[in-house]
Amino acid sequence: MTDPIDTLTADPPAEAGADAPRAAGLTCWRRSDSVDVVTLWLDCPGTGTNVISETVLRELDALLGDLADARALVIRSAKPSGFAAGADIDGFAGLDRDAALSLLHQGHAVLDRLAALELPTVAVIHGHTLGGGLELALACDRRIGLDGVKAGFPEVQLGLHPGLGGTFRLTQLIDPIEAMQAMLTGKTIHDRKAKRLGLLDALVPGRHVEAAIEAAVAGRLKPHDTGLKAGALRLAPARSLAATRMRQEAEKSAPRRHYPAPYALIDLWHDHGGDPEAMQKAEIASFATLLESATAQALIRVFFLRQQLKAGAKGASGIAHVHVIGAGTMGAEIAAWAALRAKRVTLEDVALPPLGKAVSRAATLYERRHLSGIEARDALDRLMPDPEGLGRARADLVIEAAPERPDLKEKIYAGLVDVLKPGAILASNTSSLRLTDLVDAAPDPARFAGLHFFNPVSRMLLIEVVAHEAVAPEVLDSLCAFAGELDRLPVRVRDYPGFVVNRVLAPYMLEAMLMLDEGLDKARIDRAALAFGMPMGPVTLADQVGLDICLEVVRSLASGVAQPLPEPPAWLLEKVEKGETGKKAGKGLYDHARESPPETAGEDDEDPAIVDRLILPMCNAGMECLRQGVVKDADTLDAALIFGAGWAPFRGGPMHYAKVRGNVPERLRALEQQLGPRFAPDAGWDSLG
Amino acid sequence: MSRPVYIVDGARTPFLKARGRPGPFTPVDLAVQCGRPLLARQPFVPEAIELVILGCVNVIQDEMNPARVAALRLGLGEQTVAFTVQINCGSGMQSIDTAYRYIRDGSHQMILAGGAEALSHAPLVYRQEATEWFGELARAKSPVAKMKALSEVRPNFFSPVIGLERGLTDPITALNMGQTAEVLAHRFHIDRASADAYAVDSHKRLAAAQASGALKGEVMPAFDREGGVHEADDGVRPDSSLAKLAKLSPVFEPPFGKVTAGNSSQITDGASWVLLASETAIEAHGLTPLARIVDSEWAALDPAIMGLGPVLASTPLAQRHGLAVGDIDLWELNEAFAAQVLSCLAAWQDDEFCREVLGYDAAFGRIDRDRLNVDGGAISLGHPVGTSGNRIVLHLAKALKARNLRRGIATECIGGGLGGAMLLEAA
Repeated sequence: MTDPIDTLTADPPAEAGADAPRAAGLTCWRRSDSVDVVTLWLDCPGTGTNVISETVLRELDALLGDLADARALVIRSAKPSGFAAGADIDGFAGLDRDAALSLLHQGHAVLDRLAALELPTVAVIHGHTLGGGLELALACDRRIGLDGVKAGFPEVQLGLHPGLGGTFRLTQLIDPIEAMQAMLTGKTIHDRKAKRLGLLDALVPGRHVEAAIEAAVAGRLKPHDTGLKAGALRLAPARSLAATRMRQEAEKSAPRRHYPAPYALIDLWHDHGGDPEAMQKAEIASFATLLESATAQALIRVFFLRQQLKAGAKGASGIAHVHVIGAGTMGAEIAAWAALRAKRVTLEDVALPPLGKAVSRAATLYERRHLSGIEARDALDRLMPDPEGLGRARADLVIEAAPERPDLKEKIYAGLVDVLKPGAILASNTSSLRLTDLVDAAPDPARFAGLHFFNPVSRMLLIEVVAHEAVAPEVLDSLCAFAGELDRLPVRVRDYPGFVVNRVLAPYMLEAMLMLDEGLDKARIDRAALAFGMPMGPVTLADQVGLDICLEVVRSLASGVAQPLPEPPAWLLEKVEKGETGKKAGKGLYDHARESPPETAGEDDEDPAIVDRLILPMCNAGMECLRQGVVKDADTLDAALIFGAGWAPFRGGPMHYAKVRGNVPERLRALEQQLGPRFAPDAGWDSLG
Repeated sequence: MSRPVYIVDGARTPFLKARGRPGPFTPVDLAVQCGRPLLARQPFVPEAIELVILGCVNVIQDEMNPARVAALRLGLGEQTVAFTVQINCGSGMQSIDTAYRYIRDGSHQMILAGGAEALSHAPLVYRQEATEWFGELARAKSPVAKMKALSEVRPNFFSPVIGLERGLTDPITALNMGQTAEVLAHRFHIDRASADAYAVDSHKRLAAAQASGALKGEVMPAFDREGGVHEADDGVRPDSSLAKLAKLSPVFEPPFGKVTAGNSSQITDGASWVLLASETAIEAHGLTPLARIVDSEWAALDPAIMGLGPVLASTPLAQRHGLAVGDIDLWELNEAFAAQVLSCLAAWQDDEFCREVLGYDAAFGRIDRDRLNVDGGAISLGHPVGTSGNRIVLHLAKALKARNLRRGIATECIGGGLGGAMLLEAA
């Protein structure tokens, strides 16, 4: 309900520029002149988010030539979402080196022209101000930030680094170490930190922005003093020391042989940090080189895959109240996450202690995500422990997150008949049971589906939205939109043993079990996988998921798929029976009290023989899923594995990896000869052609 | 035109004994913990409630007008007015009384009236001189001024006074609450053994109520941020006995006093809500009333004998409606102190007292122990000051229903020399 008070006394939105007329003949910019201050509003057509494209820069160039008697120039964005989300990756992705260099030089020329203007230039940034957008703001004399602005350079996540002047402009403007930190991690700098670092000259709520602009234009905003430290770091020896430390840090999470970009950036700063002109030239050259690297290509593809999945998550779900049944690890975290994302949540369990644990884990999650005291309090208020199941009748969506036992789940569904709100959706978080086996017990099969989250919910972006034969299409649409509202990525899959992610991961973990049987050292197996680029070795993963869950998944797969799966070894069953189910029990394949699974691996840990046995069956399982129509296409499958399991992103996912490698079916046949029918190539490889 | 007013539902948190450091919940946290499930089990949306009134004595700085903060945190919407009331121990009943009168007069149809208190959060209070010194230090601008201010510090600035102690001392008579009970014990000849026996009874009754499930639906489990689950009132001692209580020394007037920590109410955190509705609201939302509020009464007396408040407040109620002692099926008389409860009972049985003070021809009569505080009281439950008045009305309504009885009076003494009482009739 729109409150009349809000409309009558509207807070002039930061993007009031939507009323300014488009500059003559130009498509991306609006211009408003007030006395002798020219304001340019970036407003890319047909999108809710500005992107710094070649057109944007070309048009800016034209505008910069038309400033005549202006006393000052202000650059803002007319979009509510933010200033600009980055450079136009689309425009860069397919270019060869020369074309890239040409584009880069053009872009730099425009920003250099802006930076060289004699009249004062002020950028007013708000919301998402990333990459190329931030570089545009850095080319101005002053930067005013609106409360809540999120600035950053995420290029490293694409296998690149800033390419439109960010490297030398940011290291000149603020503490160079902080600048390098920001660019190496790709993390956003929140508003108050940006002010503290001097990235912003003023941080104001929307109602004071006009006054702040006036102060900036009149020269009353003092520039930030970076201090002695920054001066010292202009000297090569100081940079050398810092650079060595940065390289060591980077190696821990992004080994050089797989991820060249951080090291290119460190080298760039190490070599030219004291000389902005030289650094600019080197930045352009370095960027063009990185653009051609396999890693950047793969990561840019992943970026597009993510955009695709996000596009499938749009719209309003109509789900305001979520009732979660089962306060185990998954149920509790799903509930905590949904409450964080402003859903009203009721969490039900047969016992009270799990509900208590769920609340404390939610409190910890909110602290980790840096929620303010009030935000955390409000989120906890929205998360109501509900031992009596009062939320069942009020929920728009009921998520069943009970243990993986069909009889238990069916009992829960039976208890929902005649209780659910008309139109409510019932979704199961099952990972190993078939929806076809559960759907008959559901109150309304058309409004029943699978909604499979990954552990931990706060970090794994993927949600598998699982369809069965009788589900209504709008239910799937609602669930995908719900995933979007939770800031997760939905992937539509068909009901199939293991759906897509577990189906593909199962042989990874199973093969590792067989290797353990053969006497291979578990840490060696894990390190080989880590060296390949997997986020976690198969033995560690099995412990993390839980050996009991793994067995369940394997059992349900064995009954449902054509591909012969290896028999789980007897000792594995014994372990589960003894209660050594993995990390949650403190002991599984690793004894977590006494040893820690390897987290990193170096070049010496690479082992093609082990890796082939672990990775190729995943490509094979992926092919089977494609052939069986479990997911739409290879791109979707790759995205699912990357966002649901962290599958080596720089390798692009199992299907992209197979494509690049080129000899997967042959290699599988060889392994089949050597080790058994479990390696038999899926029929789908033949139809690839 | 006087409209009938009904109690439709209500719920409270478990009462949690204060144990020497701030408990896990603030007053508003407690109000939210029991308000959430109470609202979740109603057939209407929270916005249907037109007004929220909350009794609270120790309001904390972060929660000014806790009624409003609680209402917003419970999702009642920005358009719902909410205010806080304070009449010391009577606050939780005052909220119900005000709501009752508004609905009776027709200005509102449905009001949420509660009480909340977190005595464990009662602040430490700095002495006046210390507070002035902090102010001076804050105002000092130059280094010289700051040094001068710092040099004026005195060691005793850092030993604060316990606010709770001050809050429980009557400023007119300088007697603390326990001392007023000693005064009554003397006047009505209540001995130590009787007081202790009454206290043992309170614990046994509460323990029995907890075991039998009589408090289900009334007490909502509370969940704190550290994962703690609070399921039941935790001040109860099921194994209480005369022998154990006899070991305690008098706590307010040693060594000859009768009032000990064991036969007094406990210092406690807790909140309670009662939902009141008119007939219109009941029909509109398909509600089932628990009890009707027939009438209420407030009385005032010498603060030194504030413990007699219940007698002065409930008797006019009974008189007005022509009710004799046998016509009241259940009594909830707040157990501030065992000696105080027993003094009230003695006063009602005293011919002279009833003639001279209450205007009866003879004694009002003997209240059957089986009709009084049937499921325990503040001695075993605790007395969160701003909440108790609300709890006794809520429990009375539920107890009448559960036992299929007709009429009850909830009544309490109030620090400062007041008394409040409510007459309920099962619906």
